[in-house]
Amino acid sequence: MVATLATNRRQFLKGSAAVGLVIGFHIPVRGAAAATDAEFVPNAFLRIAPDNTVTVICKHIEFGQGPYTGIATILADEIDADWNQIRVESAPADAEKYANLLFGKAQGTGGSTAMRNSWDQTRNAGAEARARLIAAAAKEWNVDPDAISIEKGTVKHASGKSATFGELTEIAQGITLPGPFTPKTPSEWRLIGKDVPRVDTVPKTDGTAQFTIDVKLPDMLTCVIARPTRFGAKAKAYDAAPALAVPGVKEVFTATQGVAVLAGGFWAAKKGRDALAVTWDESGTEARSSGDLVNAYRELAKKTGAIARNDGNAEASLAGAAKVIEATYTFPYLAHAPMEPNDCVIHRTDDGGVELLFGSQLQTVDQNVAAGVLGLRPEQVKIKTLLAGGSFGRRATPKGDMAAEAAEVLKAAKHKGPIKLIWTREDDIKGGRYRPVFVHQVKGGLDKDGNIVAWDHVIVGQSFMIGSPFEKVMLKDGVDQTMVEGASTLPYQIPNLRVSAHITEVGVPTLWWRSVGSTHTAYATETFLDQLAEAAGIDPLAIRRKLLGRHPRHLAVLNRAAEAADWDKPLPEGKARGLAVHESFKSFVAHVVDVSVGSDGLPKVERVVCAADCGIAINPDVIKAQLEGGMGYGLSAALYGAIDLENGRIAQSNFDDYRVLRINEMPPIEVHIVESSEKPSGIGEPGVPTIAPAIANAWAKLTGERLYALPFARSVGKA
Amino acid sequence: MINLKINGKAVQFDGDPSMPLLWFLRDEQGLTGTKFGCGVAQCGACTVHVDSQPRRACVTPIGTLDGAEVTTIEGANGKVTEAVRAAWIALEVPQCGYCQSGQIMSAVSLLSELPKPSDKDIDLAMNGNICRCCTYHRIRAAIHDAARRLEG
Repeated sequence: MVATLATNRRQFLKGSAAVGLVIGFHIPVRGAAAATDAEFVPNAFLRIAPDNTVTVICKHIEFGQGPYTGIATILADEIDADWNQIRVESAPADAEKYANLLFGKAQGTGGSTAMRNSWDQTRNAGAEARARLIAAAAKEWNVDPDAISIEKGTVKHASGKSATFGELTEIAQGITLPGPFTPKTPSEWRLIGKDVPRVDTVPKTDGTAQFTIDVKLPDMLTCVIARPTRFGAKAKAYDAAPALAVPGVKEVFTATQGVAVLAGGFWAAKKGRDALAVTWDESGTEARSSGDLVNAYRELAKKTGAIARNDGNAEASLAGAAKVIEATYTFPYLAHAPMEPNDCVIHRTDDGGVELLFGSQLQTVDQNVAAGVLGLRPEQVKIKTLLAGGSFGRRATPKGDMAAEAAEVLKAAKHKGPIKLIWTREDDIKGGRYRPVFVHQVKGGLDKDGNIVAWDHVIVGQSFMIGSPFEKVMLKDGVDQTMVEGASTLPYQIPNLRVSAHITEVGVPTLWWRSVGSTHTAYATETFLDQLAEAAGIDPLAIRRKLLGRHPRHLAVLNRAAEAADWDKPLPEGKARGLAVHESFKSFVAHVVDVSVGSDGLPKVERVVCAADCGIAINPDVIKAQLEGGMGYGLSAALYGAIDLENGRIAQSNFDDYRVLRINEMPPIEVHIVESSEKPSGIGEPGVPTIAPAIANAWAKLTGERLYALPFARSVGKA
Repeated sequence: MINLKINGKAVQFDGDPSMPLLWFLRDEQGLTGTKFGCGVAQCGACTVHVDSQPRRACVTPIGTLDGAEVTTIEGANGKVTEAVRAAWIALEVPQCGYCQSGQIMSAVSLLSELPKPSDKDIDLAMNGNICRCCTYHRIRAAIHDAARRLEG
């Protein structure tokens, strides 16, 4: 698979003579550079300069999922630019121009919506630019615009006349066209659907890609904060003297999250922090342990919660069923643990406002939050969104955690220059915002012929939507949709289906985690379905085919994965095969895995076959990369991921005790993209949910043991 | 006073000898390609070469490096580095990219020792480098690809 991919890419590189692109990573300290007079700026999404460079302005953060390349591909295709003339720049925080069209009036990236919400907008923006470039050439040459074409950045007329975009910018800028502008049809695409080289690869191989932690501004100090070990505890007393005695430490002061230490560099700041002896006021803080939560949740799960879906009459149907199967699942807290820990740079600007430079994922929230702390109007807070070293949800905090913290530190500090705030890995692992603990209880009923007649599903856990700006949209009739998604949307044709949920209150901050509700609902639904299939004596693939009659896109990925994985061919002794299929973020993914028993006694995944339908595949290689990585991210959590609350404190601290997947544990994976003419849908998250249930289903076949708790490292052999 | 060479350049330091090389590189030398990921030699994002051997800069006190020659991602060059970079680019290895300086430095060390590594060799040499985007599949393929480039 990889060989083919490499060959394709080499062919593309050969064909386009592209050798890697330069990205506009410069930091405009005083805000985005204004367009010069001679530039062509058709709209908020691109600028064409007289030097023939085309700068694409991307409203979405790039943290590996590929929007810089995806958005640039769509625009470059619409205007038939040469890929070499494309540059990408991140958009400033501006909800008017750069709102995520699926988030209402807020700029932000999440829910795997970058391409989905940008698709039409970006195509239209490109179509406008194209029309105006052609009109400019027609005016210049005094010819019919219909006789003008564009090929690889050259505007051409049948007479032999030609011009670069750069030569037309001034005229194009002076032309207004009424619109609407018609984007290309699929048969006219030259870049969409091809493995166009990513715009950010080269700077990510030579150390030049700039992340927040790399920002250096004149007179900048680094801030490290001493944080409590109980969530919400406050610093009661501390001795600043030992910290101030550390060479390089400039200031020590109380910040809302704890005690801030400012120093010339990170090492001095951290040494200063380590020298502080802070006593904390822990009154009113959460003091329970994960085990207490699970026990309480299991009790709650015995009762029906707020109704998320109610087809037929599950209760009556279960009462009359020939056979009833019951299962209770538990899922731990999970940290996102992106490679780049939380960080943020903030400084005052000449106009009395501030600028934040960081991996802002919800720019509008961050802007409003920082403005609130500093008593500024939101437009006085500029945000330069930088590349981020992963997120997986971590950087999209509904209360703008990083922006708030940076603004609070700036406000409290005597130092008037720029401040770079850095969290250590321990700060991040212990600092909250986890995927919540969940308990599911599921009851299924079979009739005498083995048909599934009832499914009653109760989900218990914390809601991170309550108290957030998204509460109004995401909470319906007492149900947090992000808790039940994937279960309340169960695609299987089951006449009596009830899904309900209980929201619990725990003093631990939680958050969406790559694929959100589907991180747990896909596991419960797909393993429980296998259990029912076994009870009914039906093959796992056959039962899904039977129950997915109304869901052709689920079926298509399922069938593709099953065929590619030779589902019907028996495996040698000691191996078993399992599968799972799930929809998330409007995309469809199936995994088929071959599993054996590893030397550590845990499931060893020998082979993964993945099939996905995410609508039109803008860049198939980026999609494959997301599905490979998403599988790995899901596998990591399935095997090892757990954050434990012990008397209100987090037991884990770093990668030594919060174990994550390493290269020797990554199984071979092949990815198949199911062709589609639907609009592009999500791909950053949908590769995660199905790997864990596929493995559990294979494991049950191999060993007879059903795994009702994640991670496997804790549940294998304990059933 | 500590004297060392960084990317071929003579450098002196007379500050806190307990400061890890990582922060000397990043905060004092402006070499930010070497990344902070864990601070406890668990993730490999800070991998550099000290006297041609891979080292975790986050746990290497600058005071231990008198007379040492340090190479960072910014200064890495030569046939093996070029082959690794070319393979990384051809196979589109990076996603977020944050760990990739460390991955590349580890891969260069591996290929410098073993020009034709097996999958097992790759597991052993690379399992100290975490990638949360899980680009492992492509890292493995790119190391094999770089080995082929070095052959031919």
